[in-house]
Amino acid sequence: MASINELKERIHADSSVEIVTEYLEIIEKSKLNAFITVAKESALLRAKEIDSNGHEGPLAGIPIAIKDNISTKGIKTTCASKILTGYIPPYDAHVIEKLKNAGAIIIGKANMDEFAMGSSTETSFYGPTLNPWDTTRVPGGSSGGSAAAVAGSEAPLSLGSDTGGSVRCPASFCGVVGLKPTYGVISRYGLISYANSLEQIGPFATSVRDVTTLFDVIAGQDPRDSTSVNREANYSSALINDVKGLKIGVPEEYFGEGTDKNVDRSVRDAINTLEELGATSIEVKMPNTKYALSAYYVIAMSEASSNLARFDGMRYGLRTEDSDWHTTFSRVRAAGFGEEVKRRILLGTYALSAGYHDKYYLKALKIRTLIKQDFERAFKDVDVLIAPTMPYPAFKLGEKIDDPISLYLADVDTVPINLAGVPSISLPCGFSGRLPIGMQVIGKHFDEAAILRTAYTFEENTDFHTRQPEG
Amino acid sequence: MITKKDLEHIGWLSRLELSEEDREKYTPRLNSVLDYFGELDKADTEGVEPLYHVMPMSNVFREDVPAASLSQEEALSNAPKNQNGFIKAPRMM
Amino acid sequence: MYQNPDGVMIGLEVHVQLNKLKTKVFCGCSTDYHNDPPNSHVCPVCLGLPGSLPVINKKAVESAIKIGLALNCTVEEHTQFYRKNYYYPDLPKGFQITQYDFPISSGGYIMIEGEDGEHRVGITRAHMEEDPGRLVHEGTIDKSKYTLIDYNRSGMALIEIVSDPDMRSPKEARRYLDKLRNILEYLDIFDGDLEGALRVDANISIMGGQRAEIKNISSHKGAERALLFEIVRQKNVLRRGGVVVQETRHFDEAREITLSMRSKEEAHDYRYFPEPDLVPLKISGWAPAIKATLPELPDARRMRFVEQYSIADDHAKALTSELKVAIFYEEVAKKAHPKTAAVWICDVLKGELNYRDLTIEAFKKEHMLSVIELLVSKKITEDGAVDIIRTLLDKGGSPIEIVKEKGLMKVEGDIVSMAAEEAIKENPAAVADFKAGKEKALNSLVGVVMKKTKGRADARAVREILLGKLG
Repeated sequence: MASINELKERIHADSSVEIVTEYLEIIEKSKLNAFITVAKESALLRAKEIDSNGHEGPLAGIPIAIKDNISTKGIKTTCASKILTGYIPPYDAHVIEKLKNAGAIIIGKANMDEFAMGSSTETSFYGPTLNPWDTTRVPGGSSGGSAAAVAGSEAPLSLGSDTGGSVRCPASFCGVVGLKPTYGVISRYGLISYANSLEQIGPFATSVRDVTTLFDVIAGQDPRDSTSVNREANYSSALINDVKGLKIGVPEEYFGEGTDKNVDRSVRDAINTLEELGATSIEVKMPNTKYALSAYYVIAMSEASSNLARFDGMRYGLRTEDSDWHTTFSRVRAAGFGEEVKRRILLGTYALSAGYHDKYYLKALKIRTLIKQDFERAFKDVDVLIAPTMPYPAFKLGEKIDDPISLYLADVDTVPINLAGVPSISLPCGFSGRLPIGMQVIGKHFDEAAILRTAYTFEENTDFHTRQPEG
Repeated sequence: MITKKDLEHIGWLSRLELSEEDREKYTPRLNSVLDYFGELDKADTEGVEPLYHVMPMSNVFREDVPAASLSQEEALSNAPKNQNGFIKAPRMM
Repeated sequence: MYQNPDGVMIGLEVHVQLNKLKTKVFCGCSTDYHNDPPNSHVCPVCLGLPGSLPVINKKAVESAIKIGLALNCTVEEHTQFYRKNYYYPDLPKGFQITQYDFPISSGGYIMIEGEDGEHRVGITRAHMEEDPGRLVHEGTIDKSKYTLIDYNRSGMALIEIVSDPDMRSPKEARRYLDKLRNILEYLDIFDGDLEGALRVDANISIMGGQRAEIKNISSHKGAERALLFEIVRQKNVLRRGGVVVQETRHFDEAREITLSMRSKEEAHDYRYFPEPDLVPLKISGWAPAIKATLPELPDARRMRFVEQYSIADDHAKALTSELKVAIFYEEVAKKAHPKTAAVWICDVLKGELNYRDLTIEAFKKEHMLSVIELLVSKKITEDGAVDIIRTLLDKGGSPIEIVKEKGLMKVEGDIVSMAAEEAIKENPAAVADFKAGKEKALNSLVGVVMKKTKGRADARAVREILLGKLG
């Protein structure tokens, strides 16, 4: 697993075309099903261009996989759904423009749960992605393809999106680093919405340094996204190997009953490691955490029911035989959406409907205020919070897909972060057998610097991130 | 709790055609999730305001200055059916 | 006091398109699409492509405030946008971004000329929203085999002005529309002549019954016709022992009837919730600043005309009912006698223009000044002035030329005197009648003199001269 710096050296020495060709070969031979679309021709073309223009830009010649819910001009973008079959966006997402300006090469569109709804990448219309560490297991979701591609050495970098844990969960299951920034730090222009008040695009890589380099390229205000914020920052400058005086908060609510013993131990060991390096830790109380999961799902499903209303087969995607407009519309959607997506649309519509709006939607939003207050209170006394990313390591394919609620419960440690809009990074901190375990380092709004520094220090003083899946 | 009849109505509101079989299958599934949402009722939210936007931002605008549009070709590029520059959709009634 | 025998209650929802803005409300597409091919002024945002995001046009907000102020509304300090979720082919996202709670302005009124004098019509609210696209049907909506969609109009800024149900007759409804449009023209924020600039939905009930909502009205005359038809229809329903149902009806302009639109739609559940992609607006302080820049509105101008030019209120009302006429009048009144100008523009010119279906732009102000000058210096008679105006409108030329061509110079006093004496000599019967007390006999003598002078004498002067001679 090469780092950005190593790749840059190789690109200078050899060429971007060679590097891209190598990755394309690995992808071709792979059984992971991490990609829905491999952009072979355009990637090689771009690599040639980069080679002839002198390798300018912080990511010049470096291939990157893009989750298939991020619009890429001229490249099929499907959200892993049948309803977007054949959709080719006529425009690039903001982050894609930034990547192109930095010289990065889009090598393909990564597999995901359909419309980002899921925690295992099993709801994809294009079949599940496999976990490189154990191909009988899920890679996590919804950005499973993005994480597996990086873990499986099919791309050094990738982008995913995180609505309720969809970057951090697969990062944890696949033993890579994944960041969900503060809400608003990365532009959502071009990200096909699932739940717009909760989601952010997030970078994946095999190290905190590389995630940060990628983050630097894609972060920043975009006038086309009204919710994007103006925070000029050079995140790479936060990567200092030093946590002396760092105050860590440990929220016991995140180490609940369903937490696997190995996970619990690994995360607490990680906290000890940081304490040995000069940090201190205290327990913090976040009493409203138990309501976070239901509040999250009500809000996400409600927004989703509205965000997905535009998929009608008229301007793009699937079209069935015509009846009258309303009937055709209903048939296209019934035929084009998978079960989980349909369920969430139905529940979201219900939660917003007259008579139920206050009981569900409004109530969930009030709980959201309480969750945000939990974080604000906690951060009065500490700089960062550390908790498990997922309550367990990667589960078996097919194990949970028929029990939606047990899948929802997998998100118990990740969703509060999205509700509050705070940043969180997941990185490997241990193993359960040969399955990676991830911990999250959570920060205040706009304090990516603190969590990056903490994560970087941990990484520099341990070697979990150096292990690779066999074969 | 949702009945199969309710599901007919919600299906229509969502524009998702649900067969009798679908409604049979979905109703218990949806109800178990709604059951789980019962957790919400346990929270005391007396006097708490809803949080619609997680960041306290306001007044984001753009100036009234034209920007480039898509060409007609690009606009129609994904539409399965079009006619004389219009997008063609089924009849209304 | 108007009795309102049928208990008619009419409320109007008027959608004003801010087509004088350069761009649409949430994207930078230009607004001058009217002569361009379909779907040529669209972008990912107004086309509702997946991943697109709205950004508010600041000038649209300023225009909305202007309208609110001109309608005597209270302008909110805090306002935000909502999603109205429903499905229609002209609505690309499957929801319309509009306002629900906290509309930008509310609680105003305008004064109209009612059935019994000045009548106050309340304005419930005036809020911002986006226009859907435009549907084209082959034939009529109920018989067309398919629907064609043009999204050029999609995303145009609209202000929806909702009145209280204070209008008591179709005539009052029409007067309301005329007044409203007049005010909007004074504000110079929209061009009312462009297609789609002003659309009206009418709500009408009679005898305290349910109301019918009528859509697809696109002219003031159309509104009046639609409402007249509705009153008859509703009365017929009641006469037959039926009950008027609350429903939406479609106005067929060609046949001047309304058609029931009841389909599977039933009652709408729009599931309103705040638009997550747009942040709220805090605009306290904007209204006072904008108020200071408002132009003089019709009612204020009318009062000023009365005071400044000492003209009758009726004249002032007529002159200010169209902005261009008001401007025309003032330019003339500044250089010529204001009262005469008022009479001749109001009572004569406007009538001649209406008769020929022309607007004030068909007449030059220099010509009006000439005509007034000729009148005031007694060089032509009133009939002559009318003749000049008609000839200018029908054939063109200039007042001086026409006077020469048609020999309209007023006839000299001697010639009239002579004609009067002749008339007296030649009509002894009429003279006798007059002397016997029959005042009307004088008129026939005036007629004779006018014939003799080929209509070029001043009728009033002839009368005087005859009276003098008859003793």
